[in-house]
Amino acid sequence: MFKKQSKLDIFILISSNLLLGIMVIAVLIPLIYVIIASVTDPTTLINSGISFNPTKWMIDGYKRVLKDGSLLLGFKNSLVYSVLFSFISVVVTLLVAYPLSRAGFVGKKFIMSIFVFTMFFGGGLIPTYLLVKNLNMLDTMWSIVLPGAVNVWNIILCRTYFQGIPKELREAAIVDGSSDIQYFFKILLPLCKPIIAVLALWQFVAQWNSFFDAMMYLKSATLQPLQIILRSILVQMQPNPGMLSDTAQDTAQRQQISELVKYACIVISSLPLMLMYPFFQKYFEKGVLVGSIKG
Amino acid sequence: MSLIKCNNVKTVNNLKTVNNLRYMKDNYQLYLFILPALVLTIIFKYVPMYGALIAFKDFNGLKGIMGSPWIGLENFQRFLDTPDFWQLLMNTLKLSIYGLIFGFPIPIILALMIHRIKGAGLKKKVQLILYAPNFISVVVIVGMIFIFLSPIGPVNHLINLLGGGNISFMTEPRYFRSIYIISGIWQSAGWSSIVYLAALSNVGQDLIDAAVLDGANILQVIKHVDLPTIKPIMVITFILAAGNIMSIGFEKAFLMQTSMNIPSSEILPTYVYKIGMQLGDYGYSAAVGLFNSVINVILLLTVNEIVKRLNEGEGI
Repeated sequence: MFKKQSKLDIFILISSNLLLGIMVIAVLIPLIYVIIASVTDPTTLINSGISFNPTKWMIDGYKRVLKDGSLLLGFKNSLVYSVLFSFISVVVTLLVAYPLSRAGFVGKKFIMSIFVFTMFFGGGLIPTYLLVKNLNMLDTMWSIVLPGAVNVWNIILCRTYFQGIPKELREAAIVDGSSDIQYFFKILLPLCKPIIAVLALWQFVAQWNSFFDAMMYLKSATLQPLQIILRSILVQMQPNPGMLSDTAQDTAQRQQISELVKYACIVISSLPLMLMYPFFQKYFEKGVLVGSIKG
Repeated sequence: MSLIKCNNVKTVNNLKTVNNLRYMKDNYQLYLFILPALVLTIIFKYVPMYGALIAFKDFNGLKGIMGSPWIGLENFQRFLDTPDFWQLLMNTLKLSIYGLIFGFPIPIILALMIHRIKGAGLKKKVQLILYAPNFISVVVIVGMIFIFLSPIGPVNHLINLLGGGNISFMTEPRYFRSIYIISGIWQSAGWSSIVYLAALSNVGQDLIDAAVLDGANILQVIKHVDLPTIKPIMVITFILAAGNIMSIGFEKAFLMQTSMNIPSSEILPTYVYKIGMQLGDYGYSAAVGLFNSVINVILLLTVNEIVKRLNEGEGI
């Protein structure tokens, strides 16, 4: 049945796989480098890069980061914001997507266009800031979890998913005497666990990794999320004094330790998502898949 | 005659309205479902659009939006007159257009290659690795860029080993765009390939078998089977990316800015932030932001129109 593959085909396949292999390595090298650097002796690190000799590895960087406590506070804040944001966003999205998925829902087009318009045009940074300020939400967690909670992509995604559920299911439920609300909560939602998981994870990750709203709206040190603390350590080059204590006298040593601390911070802060993501990979992909069917 | 017709139309319209109202009354619960999202959208998306009126005003926080005096297009004029105007506009356009030129095709090529990996297990592992950087936050990515490219970082170690002198990547304006775009591809090319892979996996194997029986080689299968399959997704992705040209990747550009690379790293959104949040010039900043949004919409509509013409009337 199958024809033998031509030489050209074999050549293309081999070079394609080779290229993919190179790309996989290109993605892995920086990640592995960071991990090894975080346990390498700081003097070696500055002078010649990472050391592959495990007997010389040390966890000094991690000790310093954890001892300081500011990163842990960031973790705690980020966890609160991300869980709350994800919860609000998913509830609101599920609720609005259901009527919009119903055939014959009066006003569907008009309501949908109200949402879709915001995907392409917005009032801008300063008017939004002034609004949050006027609502007295500056320096509260509401400024982080409310403004971005409605995500129009997710509404479209969710609506498409609902549309894929057979209509007969609802008709049968209505005949059995249940109301729309009962049908929605008791029958539809249990069928939608995959899409709920996708939306919740996406929104969680989005909030976990964001820093901009926090930079705009939060002033108190005790409210800062993880990414803001990372920013001051990694981008603004200001490791917290607590992480560098006992090195204050020697500038060179201080610089070495501060490099080590940066690597340790990257690993500690990125590890949770990196470890979690393979388990949820199929959900993440499923979300994109549902969206692409519509596209 | 025409009077009767007119009356008929009216009656039909009335009937429709009555029917619609009855539907809304019977299904009021469904409208309650809409409410939370609608209220949040109106407050946090539409009220700021109204607030953008301060672009046309000499805004004073004490007088409020309505109380501040109108000044017409003065803020816009001021922006057009700044010596930096052209540089800001060109920086913004260059950064996104180069990003689009290099960032758009790579996920497609990746998808075509991953699609041809033999063995489901290997394929999964490759995907797992290529998607991973997508989950790293923009702060950490930029942090990694800073330490990798610092004078004492690994990239300069390597350059020294190969006999070159230290390169100060983050303070030289000419490296900014390349670093921005390459790191962007490193982070998101894999993840962006998912939509294409999903579409490719829907191609019937019989179609490919038939093509191969007819003597088609891989390149011909790609041209006649694979590319037509993913074309609709390519079109939508491209139009949406073009519509994002003026706002794309703002956070990353903001984080990658150093006082030295400003000549190429200052783009419109970072400028808006600077004059608004750091200098407190709200009206002027809102005007620049509005200018940015309007160009964005114009670009989206233009690209959509061009694609429609080239693509037998299919856009979004």
